[in-house]
Amino acid sequence: MNVPAPIAMLAELTYRCPLSCPYCSNPLEMAARETELSTEDWVEVFEQAAALGVLQLHLSGGEPAARRDLVDLVAAARTAGLYTNLITSGLGLTQKRLAELDAAGLDHVQLSLQGTDADMADRIGGYEGGFKRKMQAAEWIVDAGFPLTLNVVVHRQNLHQLPQAIDMAVAMKARRIEVAMVQFHGWAMLNRGAMMPTRAQADEASRIVVEARARLEGQLVIDYVPADYHGDYPKRCMGGWGMSGLNITPDGKVLPCHAAQTIPTLSFDNVRETPLAEIWYHGDVFNAYRGEDWMQEPCKTCDRRKLDFGGCRCQAMAIVGDPAATDPTCIKSPMHGRLQQLAQELSADETAELVYRKSP
Amino acid sequence: MTDTAPDIDRDAVPKVLRGVRLHDDKVRRKIVLLAPERVIDLDPIGLAIMQQIDGQKSLRQIIDRLASLYDAPAEQIGDDVKGFIKGLVDRRILELKV
Repeated sequence: MNVPAPIAMLAELTYRCPLSCPYCSNPLEMAARETELSTEDWVEVFEQAAALGVLQLHLSGGEPAARRDLVDLVAAARTAGLYTNLITSGLGLTQKRLAELDAAGLDHVQLSLQGTDADMADRIGGYEGGFKRKMQAAEWIVDAGFPLTLNVVVHRQNLHQLPQAIDMAVAMKARRIEVAMVQFHGWAMLNRGAMMPTRAQADEASRIVVEARARLEGQLVIDYVPADYHGDYPKRCMGGWGMSGLNITPDGKVLPCHAAQTIPTLSFDNVRETPLAEIWYHGDVFNAYRGEDWMQEPCKTCDRRKLDFGGCRCQAMAIVGDPAATDPTCIKSPMHGRLQQLAQELSADETAELVYRKSP
Repeated sequence: MTDTAPDIDRDAVPKVLRGVRLHDDKVRRKIVLLAPERVIDLDPIGLAIMQQIDGQKSLRQIIDRLASLYDAPAEQIGDDVKGFIKGLVDRRILELKV
């Protein structure tokens, strides 16, 4: 098949983070600081990525501001020709550091929001005083002139705050808000009972988003990731496995998506040993679920396979136990009924306590 | 003006918002528009319009300039230009200064 060049790269600079969000997408087993790629390693990766065709670089983590060389990394990425997006909790950003990031050419900031007040945000983030510091950082980001996107992860415990979150984005002069219903990968898998939205909540979120999009056209762009356990068809996960994006872990492993390490049969190449282009075009992992050859029924002969590529491989692994199975979100999956029942049971769990992410 | 043409004041000045820029994509051999978490493909008309947006020229001036560059009647291309700009204003890629 004709493999396109990747457009976007998520660089997880570190797994260290001051927050402990129970839905963190990082893996349960996280690489420690000593194993992180060096500044020089990352600069080399950025240059290789740009040459490969990557246009958008998302600097993430953990908390990327925990890297002391963040400003140098942004400057190097811009020099390589990449569009630089900082995905941050805001903690660790000072006015001085933002001015340095501005001078280094940072293009855009995406700020996470755990709740719309200190009670909710600090409880979900597991960090007392975090909300206040985040709000201060938001002001500095906008004052510095950066375009701002708010990213709010919505779940059973905070969904009632979604309208306020959208109002906050407008008040902060954010240009965009990403409303993501909690995605059950990483730490969120340990918190399905505590965070699974009810079907009614999932519908309510969709209704709120549709209404706000119409009301705020031209003022605030709203991106929305619906609750997939309650859906009828799977997400177009990553725009297809190995088709548009890749992810680098803090210790240099190259993944087709941030959750791919949950598929135990995959053995990941590392940028310390293999050129990025070689990994993208010829690596076993990127070719494992690329295109359609790996598909089983019902995907194999389904008209929708070119729309959703069979959905999410990690979700098929997590729910069905087979990474090549149809994403159970799909109504055509034999496991769809089981998934709906599971979602209903989990959303009615009144005893589950939050399990917080632990930093490495 | 046709029924479908968006209503934009022709004296408004389109401006590219910060965090948005044209990029020469050497791998795919085309010029693309990079914006916050977006890569926007431009057709030749879109590119021609974007290259006229300098934060100084009004919509009217842009339409006149494109009309003379491409030897097309201003009335004919006006709606296309307005539609393109309105679409990017709605997506917070451009802003209009009145």
